[in-house]
Amino acid sequence: MAQLYYEDVNVGDEVTPLNKNASSQQLVKYAGASGDYYQIHYDDGFARNNGLPGIIIHGALKNAFLGQLVTDWMGPEGRLKKLSVSYRQMDLPNDDLVCKGTVTDKRVEDGAGIVECEIALHNGEGKATTPGKAVVALPMRGN
Amino acid sequence: MPDESVITDEMRSHLDVESDPITYDVEKGAVIKFAQAIGDSNPLFQDDEAARKGPYGGIIAPPTFLRSLIAGEAQSEFPRPFPNNLDGGSEYEFFEPVRVGDRITVTKAIVELSERQGRLGTMLFTTAETRYVNQLGQLAATQRTTGISYATPEEEE
Repeated sequence: MAQLYYEDVNVGDEVTPLNKNASSQQLVKYAGASGDYYQIHYDDGFARNNGLPGIIIHGALKNAFLGQLVTDWMGPEGRLKKLSVSYRQMDLPNDDLVCKGTVTDKRVEDGAGIVECEIALHNGEGKATTPGKAVVALPMRGN
Repeated sequence: MPDESVITDEMRSHLDVESDPITYDVEKGAVIKFAQAIGDSNPLFQDDEAARKGPYGGIIAPPTFLRSLIAGEAQSEFPRPFPNNLDGGSEYEFFEPVRVGDRITVTKAIVELSERQGRLGTMLFTTAETRYVNQLGQLAATQRTTGISYATPEEEE
């Protein structure tokens, strides 16, 4: 994995996008791994009886995708400090999702290279269903 | 539209009351299974060899792994005023890495109540904070989650 350095990041830079497509199998795996067994994520009849179009992706799984967007981008020496997301719209399995982000601020704080990003998960129609923010500390060259 | 608040004294009595603490061992198998479930192949989260040479000297958990360390039940059930509930969002703050072998103690409390008129009628926003403390007594992370409780079914928008 490539390492990103504070000096190489500028406001307006793009966070390397991350493509995801959650199958129903992935939702079951996530249910098991996370302990979230709410049936709207794997039982189609249950989901429909709850007024949903079918099973939907766990909000927390979308949160995990956005976490990966940031941890992949910042590299192993980066530290994720904050990760926030808003669930604005549900997302469905088998949709081509894209996690994206943009650098909005950078500053040195107590000797650490702090970088802030606006991030969002977009659905197959390009709509940002799950916007959020991330703050990371990046290593500085020469340290 | 009623003028009075849906937030009752009984609801307010839940503020800052922590759930009974639960302590979890961060097991390697569980961390790897979580990384695989979210489709994240980062070696720091699953490859012993590579992680040992990395900045943490071993496997760490992906940031949102903490979600799987579920807090205990609240000491008494929060009286939700409406039948419909939505997950509004999440805000993590990370202070210490979570390593395989850590023991993480989890507590959760409602920290904020607010209400708003919106497209779903009167909505109650319940913000809870979950605290994750490691075996050294360090606050490893916090997560704030916002639940939205509302009266009007969404299809009637």
